[in-house]
Amino acid sequence: MIERLLLWTDDRLGTATFLRHALRKAFPDHWSFMLGEINLYCFIVLVATGTFLAFWFVPADTKIVYHGPYQLLRGITMTQAYASILHISLEVNAGLLIRQIHHWAANVFVAGILVHMGRIFFTGAFRNPRELNWIIGVLLLFAVLFEGFTGYSMPDDLLSGLGLRIAVSILTSIPFIGVWAAFFLLGGAFPTDILTPRLYTTHIFIMPALIASGITAHLMILWRQKHAQFPGPRRTEENCIGSPLFPNYTVKSIALGAGTVAVLCMLGAFVQINPVWLWGPYDYKATVPAQPDWYIGWLEGALRIGPPWALHIGGHMVPAAFWPGVLLPIVLLAFLFAVPFADAALRGDCSVHHLLDRPRDVPARTAFGVAFVVFMGGLFFAGSDDVQALYLHIPLNALVWFYRFFCLLGPIAGFAIAYAFAARLREKGGVHEAPRVRLVRRPEGGFDEETLP
Amino acid sequence: MKNIRERAIAASLLLAIAGSIGFMVAYGLQSSAQWQGAALAASFAGLMTAALGWARWILPHEQVVDLRDVAPQPLEERAGQVEAYAHGVAQLTRRRWLTRVAYAAVGMLGLAALFPIGSLGPEPDGKLFHSRWRRGTRLVRADGSALRGDDLNVGGVETIFPEGSIGDQQSMAVLVRLPEGAASDAVSGYIAYSKICTHAGCPVALYRAADHRLVCPCHQSIFDAANDASVIDGPADRPLPRLPIALERDGFLRATSDFTDAPGPGFWEHA
Repeated sequence: MIERLLLWTDDRLGTATFLRHALRKAFPDHWSFMLGEINLYCFIVLVATGTFLAFWFVPADTKIVYHGPYQLLRGITMTQAYASILHISLEVNAGLLIRQIHHWAANVFVAGILVHMGRIFFTGAFRNPRELNWIIGVLLLFAVLFEGFTGYSMPDDLLSGLGLRIAVSILTSIPFIGVWAAFFLLGGAFPTDILTPRLYTTHIFIMPALIASGITAHLMILWRQKHAQFPGPRRTEENCIGSPLFPNYTVKSIALGAGTVAVLCMLGAFVQINPVWLWGPYDYKATVPAQPDWYIGWLEGALRIGPPWALHIGGHMVPAAFWPGVLLPIVLLAFLFAVPFADAALRGDCSVHHLLDRPRDVPARTAFGVAFVVFMGGLFFAGSDDVQALYLHIPLNALVWFYRFFCLLGPIAGFAIAYAFAARLREKGGVHEAPRVRLVRRPEGGFDEETLP
Repeated sequence: MKNIRERAIAASLLLAIAGSIGFMVAYGLQSSAQWQGAALAASFAGLMTAALGWARWILPHEQVVDLRDVAPQPLEERAGQVEAYAHGVAQLTRRRWLTRVAYAAVGMLGLAALFPIGSLGPEPDGKLFHSRWRRGTRLVRADGSALRGDDLNVGGVETIFPEGSIGDQQSMAVLVRLPEGAASDAVSGYIAYSKICTHAGCPVALYRAADHRLVCPCHQSIFDAANDASVIDGPADRPLPRLPIALERDGFLRATSDFTDAPGPGFWEHA
């Protein structure tokens, strides 16, 4: 049946040559090469669960009085958006499960992207000829962060209202265009009654389309260039050795996909996430502790430990929130974009690399990556300094100063330690320096081991 | 041994089948997210272990070798594409002046296409500088009740709105009653500030009466309510704007003007 379909298609499209090679395409066997796939499966789960949620979510800021089954909110005025989230969570069969899987998948998605990116960075997989895919990957990361934020903002509960208020304040802090941009994106001063519909269009149409396009381009480029591979026997810059796509790798990938979904189902079933009915609608209140989803934690931390310096120039103002809220993300984005080009320039190596480095092979790059992670980690933990102050009985002010110094000095220490560690490992040797032997078969049948120089 | 492996895979697949049936039953019974999710997870977990076993024990471990032969392409192809492009450009731009008019037409269309962006929002029109507070506006609580001079005890705090604009974010303010003599400019101990944090716009929702500090729960900016809401600590770059109030003869607290400064976080047009 399938065989006849393949022939039928080849008659019309001439797909035989492509499929013949595609089915036997080599996929290098290394666990770290499957990290990116976790993200692909997360995206599929997000689209599937998101479609389900979209059938009930009402993207409207029209105020109504709640009369649903949740007693504690009865009689409270709220937006239709928030009421519909309550409906999905508390009344629609399987609604709560799907909503929690959706939220968890978003959290795992970002985590997966970061780990995948770490693998690419620390093995030098971004080098020529893969600069373009690195840049697409960075864009995907920022697109997913933004997509996650719009999703977090749509329920119009207390926390999402606070998050939006902060985002708008960051927007208005931009010189020249900030206030205009905020008024045009929101349709007026915060909060407007057109905000949730616009978030909704962004969340379910614009960003998913962009992310899906980005993923498609990412995978097509990967397909065309073929995987990089770690050095090993028979592996050269001119070949790519691994399991065939069909059937071996397909079955492995099914296992990974099913495992990813199983974990997301367990999280969605047993680990409560964002119980919006407890927060109540956003009005004039605020709650303690208030934290964003984990992947915005670095920005939250930067806003907390950022200097309280406003710049006043000729009757104009650049408020303090500009430095951590706008400048920092722009610098980070530029930084990540520059990685492949800076690496080539600093190492004086623009040549093509399909064989990967191990982290120890290039101590400076590895140390740099560690410094970056330490910096972002400092910002991330600063984002919950109030909770730490509460539970560790440390004055909040002391924690703020600790994180300020940590973000400045920590990366330097991280660089030095990682560099020393990697350099030592490199000296001790590894695959490259392992004694090379050749097995020689004796005429009578046995084998001899012969050491090569 | 082989038999055990095949049985393990079969058991995994049976788990997957049981999980799927379990989910259908849990759905039919409208049971909790826990049961539904656990059943679904069991189904996928069974699939995962079965596929893993299949890949490891049943399929032969083959290695295939692909050659990297797509890039870069042969020299004559590379030269050919550059030549083809240059050829086309030369043909297109033979009529120099016509090319320029074409650029202008496309550019103008692009400019025109930007204009509908104007429909997205109103102009800011200085709206961020003002709120709904006017001279004589009564201070009311979120439930609409107007505040009188004896409504708050010393150390008390209340979120207030202008009468008729309850819930208006730009106008939301916090009224505190300080001990006698804590601030010379308080009205019978009452003093009011914008409730929007000047750092990132969160409601300044916490008040500690002992040292009259207003605290923003989002990024922990701390303002001194007895000292013109000046910043004691945290990332805020300026004090909370003051809402000038007076205690009128009728016993009601009323604003005597709008906030002394634009409420909320700073922006470019703000001096």
